[in-house]
Amino acid sequence: MSDVQIVLDPTSELSPVARPKLARPASLEGLTLGLLDISKRRGDVFLDRLDELLQARGLKVRRYRKPKFSIVAPVELRQQIRDECQVVIEGLAD
Amino acid sequence: MGAHATPLPEGLLAIVRRDCPTCQLLTPVFQQLTRNGPPLTVYSQDDASFPGGVVGVVDDTELAQSYRLGVEIVPTLVRVHDGRETGRAVGWHRGEWEAVSGVGGLGPGLPDQRPGCGSRTDEPGMAVRLAVRFGDVRFAARQVQIPAAADPVEACYERGWTDGLPVVPPTRERVLAMLGGTTRSARDIVGAIPPDYAECTVEKVAINAVLAGCKPEYLPVVLAAVEAALVPDFGLHGVLATTNFIGPVVLVNGPIGRAIGMNARGNALGQGNRANATIGRALQLVVRNVGGGRPGEIDRAVLGHPGKYTFCFAEDEEGSDWESFAVERGFPPNASTVTLFVGDGASPIVDEISRTPESLTRSYAACLRAAHHPKKVVDVAALLIVTPEHARVFREAGWSKARLKTELHTLLQIPVSELLRGVGGIEAGVLARDVPDPNGSLPKFRNGNLNIVRAGGSAGKFSAYVSGLGSITKNPVTREITP
Repeated sequence: MSDVQIVLDPTSELSPVARPKLARPASLEGLTLGLLDISKRRGDVFLDRLDELLQARGLKVRRYRKPKFSIVAPVELRQQIRDECQVVIEGLAD
Repeated sequence: MGAHATPLPEGLLAIVRRDCPTCQLLTPVFQQLTRNGPPLTVYSQDDASFPGGVVGVVDDTELAQSYRLGVEIVPTLVRVHDGRETGRAVGWHRGEWEAVSGVGGLGPGLPDQRPGCGSRTDEPGMAVRLAVRFGDVRFAARQVQIPAAADPVEACYERGWTDGLPVVPPTRERVLAMLGGTTRSARDIVGAIPPDYAECTVEKVAINAVLAGCKPEYLPVVLAAVEAALVPDFGLHGVLATTNFIGPVVLVNGPIGRAIGMNARGNALGQGNRANATIGRALQLVVRNVGGGRPGEIDRAVLGHPGKYTFCFAEDEEGSDWESFAVERGFPPNASTVTLFVGDGASPIVDEISRTPESLTRSYAACLRAAHHPKKVVDVAALLIVTPEHARVFREAGWSKARLKTELHTLLQIPVSELLRGVGGIEAGVLARDVPDPNGSLPKFRNGNLNIVRAGGSAGKFSAYVSGLGSITKNPVTREITP
């Protein structure tokens, strides 16, 4: 009981508790892709290669870097990515 | 948890707390019973090392056993035989304790009797906490788990449950306490809320009332407001979906408004009163959360207005010589009612000069004439809110509310010649072909669409009207509030 808090759902419960993920775009055509380096070792190697491959397909790519992998991205960075990109790819593991 | 599963220990059960002077006084009695009496189990509500010199004191700081036994006062002595309670003594009374325990000569040297102290089960908020934890409480609503360290207010935001302002997280304890505000069953169906037409129970209304910040005693008002919104002629779906500004404006009449401390006087339409603020908000949250009516989705308001967060006030019946709005609608004076008016923001009527009812009525008419647009007629509605300094002008001249309405109705017959398209260099207006008599006039308000209530602070020669729609909805709708 002490490891979670319980609240009662105020809604009609027509949608699931877990928020659904945004639908994936049918195509990357015309979208801006963000590559987020979370500052984990060798993440840049992976993202550099992705960058090459995506640009070779004529897609628009922007690069971002989080200061530290163990914390959530700073608000300014999240807002910047939201404003500039429609899709984000991040490298999670080393 | 589990307290109900295990049988009660046989013999004597004593429920005590260290910070109760009577319990402390009885320490030798407990020692005496341990030596001579039937098996004794002492449950300590605050400190398992008390009472000293008694073996097998059970830690009941979680209050499971105290709750199970329905203890209200400590000390309480209970006799259990074959798993069932056969006797009980509350506080200290030597004769009663001897009768329950079957042991004579208890507590030599102690006073014959001494009242006990309140049980910790009666501490503020404890009843619902224990009921949720150890009781038989069942909720129909889905239980949503939030990580222990997460901020529950933020969790409510993330799930889209708020109107933009923070909400009170609807814990089971708060919802149970809220449900205590009504005699209705949590399972009762209040109706189907548009636009999703999802079935709404009393429990769902209670959960949203918690979100809104209501006290349990406001719940009957919220329930009546939701029911009023669901009267088919009220057209809640249309009220919600329109591009117009409107939202429900909640007016409370009768004793309940005073009982729950609603504001009918200074700043009645403004901020600062919990009941006013949260009852209107609860109705909107029910529409949002249960009905699925959200701005940008079904709610297509082009601008909306701040009253869509909440717009709720009480009529100042005590400060008025006029019959109340509810009495006017045929309810007895001692009935409590809720009325929903489909309206937008309040427009001021500033007349600090008029001292005759004739002049003041003309001021009202001139302002009301402009509601929505000076050329908009017939489908407009208004709730005119007359404040004390203006009301005095009518009272001193002996004008009833009905007289004011009649005079306004006469003044608000607008000549068609002023309403036609193009007149005054304004393209908007009525089409000549739609008017039965081009030389006649049209009423600004159809019968029943101009209503008058009393509210407001004692100083200031201002009144106000709330404009609203006179079409797509039956405006207003009134329902009696029941416990």
